[in-house]
Amino acid sequence: MAGAALAVPFWPPPAAQSATAVDHLFIFLLAICGTVAAGIFITILYFAARYRRRADDEIGSLRPSPLWVELTWTAIPAAIFLFIFGWGARVYFSIYSPQVGALQIYVVGKQWMWEVQHPNGQREINQLHLPVNRQVQLVLTSQDVIHSFFVPAFRVKRDAVPGMYTTVQFHPTKAGEYHLFCAEYCGTEHSRMIGTVTVMEPRDYERWLAGTPRGEPLAATGERLFTKYGCVNCHGNIAPALDGVYMKGIGLADGRVVTADDQYLRESILDPGAKIVGGFPNIMPSFRGVVNEVELQALIEYLKSLGAPAAGYAGEERRPRRPVTRP
Amino acid sequence: MSTHPHLHRDDPKDYLHCEYGIRSWLFTTDHKRIAILYLVSITLMFFVGGAFATLVRLELITPQSDLLQPETYNRMFTMHGIVMVWFFLIPSIPAVLGNFLIPMMVGARDLAFPRINLLSWWLFTASGVFVLITIFIGGVDTGWTFYTPFSTFYSNSYAVAAALAIFINGFSTILTGLNFIVTVHTMRAPGMTWLRLPLFVWSNYATAVIMVLATPVLAITLLLVGIERVFRVGIFDPALGGDPILFQHLFWFYSHPAVYIMILPGMGVVSELVTAFSRKRIFGYHFVAFASMAIALFGFLVWGHHLFVSGQSLYAGLVFSLLSYLVAVPSAIKVFNWTATLYKGSVLLATPMLYALAFIGLFTMGGLTGLFVAALGVDVHVHDTYFVVAHFHYIMVGGMVTAYMGGLHFWWPKISGRMYPEGWAKIAAGLIFFGFNLTFFPQFVLGYLGMPRRYATYPPEFQVWNVLSTAGASILAVGYVVPLFYLFWSMRYGKIAPRNPWRASGLEWEEADSPPIKHNFEEVPTVTKEAYHYHEGVRLG
Repeated sequence: MAGAALAVPFWPPPAAQSATAVDHLFIFLLAICGTVAAGIFITILYFAARYRRRADDEIGSLRPSPLWVELTWTAIPAAIFLFIFGWGARVYFSIYSPQVGALQIYVVGKQWMWEVQHPNGQREINQLHLPVNRQVQLVLTSQDVIHSFFVPAFRVKRDAVPGMYTTVQFHPTKAGEYHLFCAEYCGTEHSRMIGTVTVMEPRDYERWLAGTPRGEPLAATGERLFTKYGCVNCHGNIAPALDGVYMKGIGLADGRVVTADDQYLRESILDPGAKIVGGFPNIMPSFRGVVNEVELQALIEYLKSLGAPAAGYAGEERRPRRPVTRP
Repeated sequence: MSTHPHLHRDDPKDYLHCEYGIRSWLFTTDHKRIAILYLVSITLMFFVGGAFATLVRLELITPQSDLLQPETYNRMFTMHGIVMVWFFLIPSIPAVLGNFLIPMMVGARDLAFPRINLLSWWLFTASGVFVLITIFIGGVDTGWTFYTPFSTFYSNSYAVAAALAIFINGFSTILTGLNFIVTVHTMRAPGMTWLRLPLFVWSNYATAVIMVLATPVLAITLLLVGIERVFRVGIFDPALGGDPILFQHLFWFYSHPAVYIMILPGMGVVSELVTAFSRKRIFGYHFVAFASMAIALFGFLVWGHHLFVSGQSLYAGLVFSLLSYLVAVPSAIKVFNWTATLYKGSVLLATPMLYALAFIGLFTMGGLTGLFVAALGVDVHVHDTYFVVAHFHYIMVGGMVTAYMGGLHFWWPKISGRMYPEGWAKIAAGLIFFGFNLTFFPQFVLGYLGMPRRYATYPPEFQVWNVLSTAGASILAVGYVVPLFYLFWSMRYGKIAPRNPWRASGLEWEEADSPPIKHNFEEVPTVTKEAYHYHEGVRLG
């Protein structure tokens, strides 16, 4: 414990643009709420002392409560609240809105580990290596229960939810090693579902990429799975061709048009009957329980590589409107 | 009013002494006796829930998992949450003080449905027995929030038993709420207009509305969890075609309003205490009263602020954040009005008033940190960390439990007919205030540092703050045990209480004996004055 007093942490290290943005708002809130709290505490203590009861039968004086006083202390807090709301919303959208050109990394949470897949084929468990000063986007999902990917040094977290994709962005600004926590309670070993995010200078990152044994690129894995599961047998003849399918508008048999984003592609692999492409029969078997989440991400990455209109994930927050069941 | 004010301790008709024997208690329909039954039940549950909290805090002294294995630790914080929320906080002020006081405050002989009131307590007891059985057979490890699909498929604990206990408990809450609503509407004494009602009645009325409207949703949600867990019908589990986020929407549609069930009655108590110990009309009666109703109403529209990082639409997050700031406005109004009530009052810092002022301070802290978590960008960082844990403990323990303690001391002379020992009570209040802050303030720091909640183990750099928090909890525990002893002691040895020891306004003080007779009043009182009519003088006996 010697020297521990010096090591008492008060503030997490800020290591991303989002950290600075959240810190600024947090400090503003500390200042304004601290002032208000101090004002109220001092007023209460002062009144309690100044107007303390001096005689047993003393009563307080009859004071009117004028409307303008009530309206003032209704309106001023309301205005301050609106300001905080606006500021908070700006920071929120900057963290969660998808951005083009980000380095895209897939993350699957499972009891009790984080499985990370880089587009070039590097795979990590409970580790995430990132280059400094580069916009990064994580595409998250879970294989079992809900988890939450939390990096305090970036001030961001995002739930990894089974059955859907969520995303989170950050832009690391400082090299170093930072905590990765699971923030959503996920069972017995929840508090051990932790890891390290390593932010590296570009040259170190290149060295890491080169020195890390990697498999084939993610899209190549996807292509292999595409053959292995026999997708290739039908798609292109009795089933829709998939060239350039990613982010294309798809006309469905029921007349609706949907965008073929990550969520749609995922659903079409697991629940092919949910949204039938117009002009094609409902013949595809479900791959639920056959392909796992990690493989699904590889398959989608492969489909993206088949000439996508725009790179990058754009299916933010699109979820099936209702639980889908096969007819 | 009474023809023999000096005789009331020996008066065989007072509610404590009009009948004897265990049956006269267990099958009573007297709202005051039922209040005492609840007092005993929830005190027991408070110490059960407190024991779990103690184990949690002891485990967290060190970063490793040593006292408890994670699977045990997870059961401890889950049972702590379940017991404290449903078996202490929700019934605390309404079922004990509300039951005792609402009929007297409106000038009625009892609640509208005395036998349903007894049924409420029996349902509560049944659910309490159920939850204790759940604990003894091995407990539950889902967190009090029962998030799916963990609770419906992955948890190897007694989730269905716990859910059933809470399901039964809900009916007790609904029936109490129903009783309060009907009583306030139909049983007010002649002259007791809505705008003459004490603010305690207003806030419990608002609470009752939430109880009746929100609790059924909890029952439905838990039923669905049970159906999915037992029959494998896909509702929330995506592997069965369900939607896990749907559960969160349903759960918080109940549980956020339930947060207001857990604070509005406390606000009502504090309005009574601040006026009584300032001997002054409350500042802005209408604003304080309608703020309660506004909180009850808006409280139903903010549930989505628990889902800011869950994958809910960003735009839904936007709306829920805005509405959350709206619901903060009436809370701010109340704090300002209480503070202004002290101005030029005749302030006496007796124990209940110490609790009331502590409430205002701690509730302010809890409310202001609510502004932090309602800010979308900040919530992305502090969500599910100790910052949130500290925030809601400032509201629920710093707020509600403090108000409950204040109310219990204030009305203790009315309930028991005896005064509590002021010196001991002040020491306990001081211990609670200091212990509470030492327990929970470090958790704000821990939360911003990034320590997630529900962690059995944690990185070593967080240890100092955890040790401080545990030290505070040990002081807090002493603070809560001391009143247990002196309140028991006072029932036999306390100074005999006069009818109106505080010279407070209100029918329960001015028109009823201490303790009151079985039907509260010798004759139905007629109300001619506003609440808090200190300037017109109060009746002492």
